[in-house]
Amino acid sequence: MKILVCVKRVPLPGARINVTDDGLEVDAAHLGFTTSPHEECAVEEAIRQKERHGGEVTVLTLGPSEAEEQLRYAASVGADHAVLVETDGAPWDPQRTAAALADVIRELEGGDPFDLVLFGNESADSGGFQVGIRVAVALGRPTVQGVKGIEVSGGVVTVRRAIDAGFEVYELPRPCVLGVREGLNLPRYPTMKGRLASKKLEIRALTTDVDPGGQTRVRLHRPVEAVSETVILGEGPDAAAAVVDVFAELGVL
Amino acid sequence: MLLVVLDHDRGELDESTREALTFGRVLAAKMGAPMEAALVGSDDGDLVAAAAEHGAATVHTCVHEILVDYGPDAHGSVVAQMVEALDPAAVLAGGSDRGNEVMAHAAARLDTALATNCLDVAPGDPWSMTRLQWGGSLLEDCTLEGDVALLTCAVHALAAAPAGGRRAEIRPFTAALNETHAVTMVRDRIVGEAGVTLSTANVVCGGGRGVGSEEGFAPLEELAALLGGRVGCSRAVTNLGWRPHSDQVGQTGTRIAPEIYIASGISGAVQHWVGAMASKHILAINTDREANMVAKADWAVIADLHEVIPAIIEEVRHRRG
Ligand SMILES: Cc1cc2nc3c(=O)[nH]c(=O)nc-3n(C[C@H](O)[C@H](O)[C@H](O)COP(=O)(O)OP(=O)(O)OC[C@H]3O[C@@H](n4cnc5c(N)ncnc54)[C@H](O)[C@@H]3O)c2cc1C
Ligand SMILES: Nc1ncnc2c1ncn2[C@@H]1O[C@H](COP(=O)(O)O)[C@@H](O)[C@H]1O
Repeated sequence: MKILVCVKRVPLPGARINVTDDGLEVDAAHLGFTTSPHEECAVEEAIRQKERHGGEVTVLTLGPSEAEEQLRYAASVGADHAVLVETDGAPWDPQRTAAALADVIRELEGGDPFDLVLFGNESADSGGFQVGIRVAVALGRPTVQGVKGIEVSGGVVTVRRAIDAGFEVYELPRPCVLGVREGLNLPRYPTMKGRLASKKLEIRALTTDVDPGGQTRVRLHRPVEAVSETVILGEGPDAAAAVVDVFAELGVL
Repeated sequence: MLLVVLDHDRGELDESTREALTFGRVLAAKMGAPMEAALVGSDDGDLVAAAAEHGAATVHTCVHEILVDYGPDAHGSVVAQMVEALDPAAVLAGGSDRGNEVMAHAAARLDTALATNCLDVAPGDPWSMTRLQWGGSLLEDCTLEGDVALLTCAVHALAAAPAGGRRAEIRPFTAALNETHAVTMVRDRIVGEAGVTLSTANVVCGGGRGVGSEEGFAPLEELAALLGGRVGCSRAVTNLGWRPHSDQVGQTGTRIAPEIYIASGISGAVQHWVGAMASKHILAINTDREANMVAKADWAVIADLHEVIPAIIEEVRHRRG
């Protein structure tokens, strides 16, 4: 099976998210970077499917040259090939991102489609909930989002999608496109051997020429939050009485 | 005209629909245009009534054998065809999983921009809106250009409020659908466990990396059981394999809204906080007074959770006699 996973490099903020002076981006000067948990699960799933059915896993990202870091991470846990579509660094809107990814996927496939193309359900930062669907429609392939279970048997891909009351089951033909959610699996950590191998991974650079879409960022800002005064109930087990007073006051005792 | 897409499951109204209709009514007033509704599939009776109640005078309904159960492709295609035939100035759905999914399918087919999870929308040329990023930890002001503004409103962006409308005219809509639209369809359903879930629990006892081990959760389980609540956890805990992902609170986990969230050994990263912020009250137990969770809490105990939680359990038992 040939599997492609689309991942996006995003900053990893801690207790608060700061914004650059021009308001256009998250101030990542002192932050590390990661991929969304959903996409980490997509990478893990691709590797598990490869282990089960044989084949190859390719990871693809569109972003600044530093996004190589996320591709190497995917390789360190078992991805075979990596492709970077380099941007000038400015964020791309979902329509443009999807058009570029669809172009690149067509080029990588050269008429021989990936059996599965995996996306995260939504990106961690901009959360547009649409790039995977737009790519699927552009490629003319069936797609389901919110996927928390994938089973491939012959030409049929059975997926489970989480809903409030349990799961919905879909059966898709191959090739198809899936948007997955964290909880699909528990991603493995890289091994030392994997880390070393990923350093040598050759990253294929591709470019595309697509126009911006209709959504344009004006500025990012933090929501207004109520400032709370924290009442310290104590500094040891003696605080238990005060805690249970709170329970009684709230009517949960 | 503003077209509001009604989210439902086999005719049964989704909670987000009334919110979307309320959001739509406010938006339609700003547009100085009427609000109409789109119903893809059949109605169990409540959908048209809800649309009318919230001020939609017209409901465009599309009934077809392919639309008996949910299929993102079919539903998105019908919405796209309605846009082409009815020429609305904007289309709005609720920011539920299905709402976002159907609108993304419609947007892809129309090759038009879509702004998801909006908190506030202003019509204009271009349209402008404020939408959620990072699951709500950050907001984005943006503009939208296109022949039609495609939008979803964030869940709980505002409270549903009926407008007292009584009747809506039903206008049947005929869509071109074929077997390819039926490829992606719900084939089966697996019903989950009934009862109190993390998202509906009145008390949540959350544990983070500070709990230290899988076994360390036993006292949290005990406290949760005593208070009729559920155990929650941070992603650090899920990643360590101490708890299943279904216990995870946060951006990529569950959103909770209990009367009290007891967060022990959790630092309070933004991605955890967005899942916990709807809690009515928060008690943090942490050895670090500077932890974000402590700063955000109503009450805190600055101590080792392994000592405090057993003491709380004992105190609860003692008071109950
Ligand atoms: C896109 C994205 C999505 C994410 N989604 C989620 C999500 O849905 N949910 C989520 O939780 N995280 C999420 N994360 C991860 C998040 O950024 C943090 O890494 C995570 O929440 C940290 O978990 P923690 O607080 O348990 O661990 P830590 O940050 O390590 O904090 C441990 C805390 O325990 C305290 N402590 C230690 N020992 C004790 C003791 N004996 N008694 C009392 N206190 C003690 C410490 O002082 C510290 O405050 C996401 C990250 C990204 C990038
Ligand atoms: N720049 C990008 N590069 C690669 N994949 C992306 C990019 N942006 C979004 N995606 C993929 O599309 C999914 C949905 O993104 P979004 O529509 O932004 O929520 C993400 O989870 C990723 O899998």
